[in-house]
Amino acid sequence: MGQAIAFYTLAACILGFGVLVITAKNTVHSVMFLVVNFLFVAGLYVLLGAQFLAVIQVVVYAGGIVVLYLFVVMLVNLKRPPEAHQDRRRRGRLGVTCSLVVLAELVAIAAYKYVSPAAGLPPALPMGPDNVAQVGMLLYTDYLIPFELASMLLLVAMVGAIVLAKRDL
Amino acid sequence: MTPITPVHYMVLSAALFIIGVIGVMTRRNIIVILMSIELMLNAVNINLVAFSNLWQNAAGQVFVIFVICVAAAEAAVGLGIILAFYRNKETVNIDEMSLMRW
Repeated sequence: MGQAIAFYTLAACILGFGVLVITAKNTVHSVMFLVVNFLFVAGLYVLLGAQFLAVIQVVVYAGGIVVLYLFVVMLVNLKRPPEAHQDRRRRGRLGVTCSLVVLAELVAIAAYKYVSPAAGLPPALPMGPDNVAQVGMLLYTDYLIPFELASMLLLVAMVGAIVLAKRDL
Repeated sequence: MTPITPVHYMVLSAALFIIGVIGVMTRRNIIVILMSIELMLNAVNINLVAFSNLWQNAAGQVFVIFVICVAAAEAAVGLGIILAFYRNKETVNIDEMSLMRW
């Protein structure tokens, strides 16, 4: 019961702020709504028993990435805001396409509900209360090479961002 | 009230993903478009964590860490490109970003 209330509250907030992100006229407001959205998603992770990811979500997304967006919004000082697309027919077609995609997805989900799920991944590490230890153990044993690749990716992205944003090399 | 099943999380994830898709397709400001992409990545993450919880297997959470890592790299490089483009063309409207169209 408590879990259901928490889920529906979090889901309503996530979807509501998601809609606000893409409808807000002012880009700074969009970024602020994005922060709130990420915080509610972190709450959902706690509900799902992934405490480590909730902390990562708050620190990396709400703390790091969004600050990057804010910096760019402030550096890109717009004299005239770019308008939304005004072509009505294009909007209509877009709406139909998106609704059809949603419909297909929901039908697939409902079908999944009635077909019994496939019989079983081997439970590699049963999740207990010690979420951080399990994620860390997987990260440094089974997924060591992807982990190192991810660190290389971050390094390359850092160098690339500096080169792109630098005024004159 | 019915208990919360993975289906609930999948529907939430699908809805959030579609919000991101609609943002990408309807907005003309490229910063908002990048934010919509972040929304879509978050929808994927919710799905991964929900299934990690269903199977009681922490591998899904490891993949969420990789997704967050790629999202950070994408945001850094994408915003760098936006800054470089803005310095040359003084716009963030994607309708005016047609340098490579022929």
